[in-house]
Amino acid sequence: MLTEISLNVIDIARNSTRAGASLVQISIDLDTRKKTLRLTIADDGSGMSPQQLAKVEDPFFTSRTTRKVGLGIPFLKQEAECTGGTFSIKSEEGKGTVVEALFHRDHIDCMPLGDINSSICMLVTTSENKDVDFVYTYEVDGRSFKLDTREVREILDGVPLSDPKVSEFIRSYLIENQEAVDRGESMEE
Amino acid sequence: MKSLAELKAIRESMQGQIGLRSEDDDTTKIVVGMATCGIAAGARPVLNELVKDVNEKGLKNVVVEQTGCIGMCEYEPIVEVFEPGKDKVTYVRMTADKADEVIEKHIIGGKPIADFTLSKVDI
Repeated sequence: MLTEISLNVIDIARNSTRAGASLVQISIDLDTRKKTLRLTIADDGSGMSPQQLAKVEDPFFTSRTTRKVGLGIPFLKQEAECTGGTFSIKSEEGKGTVVEALFHRDHIDCMPLGDINSSICMLVTTSENKDVDFVYTYEVDGRSFKLDTREVREILDGVPLSDPKVSEFIRSYLIENQEAVDRGESMEE
Repeated sequence: MKSLAELKAIRESMQGQIGLRSEDDDTTKIVVGMATCGIAAGARPVLNELVKDVNEKGLKNVVVEQTGCIGMCEYEPIVEVFEPGKDKVTYVRMTADKADEVIEKHIIGGKPIADFTLSKVDI
């Protein structure tokens, strides 16, 4: 298993970019009363056939050729379910895939969310596929903020997301806005 | 709440520089394995450190990118350096500290660090 939920986020989102997605939507949704964390990663990539989908939770199935095991999905499933939570993956060929994991944070086996801003910043600024866009939403009890790289790109007008000044801005945007949501603020639409 | 407004200022400060950063034959590529194996072995702090060093030292024509699994999971985190006109250098079992050394001695100094490479690992 991985030691932080935010590390699973990189892993699963990379499945989406590898599946040729042009948009990957990642959301972290915390409910402080129910003490749950819901992670959702949805993409518009190639999707999977029903045959592939049936095997995707099996660690000894992978579509890659460099090795014979595929542990990313089984890890996330196990991490969620061992907290009494749930895991689901829905996929349609040609349409995309949605992965959802629900964690009970008050369970002793629940991994910490970890450095989620580092994971998101890395995905957005160092992707080998420069054209893929991300929408990241962080929500606590209905309050939220969002990073949409399509909006960022529109402002940047050709400056790459990997530019040092841009990646530094994105990092501080994520950190400051997570803190703001945690202390009770919400982004206006 | 921090808005995207600051980005406009960043964009404006770079007026006229667009196109200069496009990847071409002069670009050195530093690639970090970020599949499940790499992530589990600690690739995220390595990639973060490389990006931080490249940005802080203002290194031009150097890009840091993710890649998938290259099939040597037991040697992760793996960092590959592709310099124009030179052989690829593969660093294995990397850490953030080793990443600092690679930037300093190899990327800036021009001398690959043999001790960190695949050929020096006991198999």
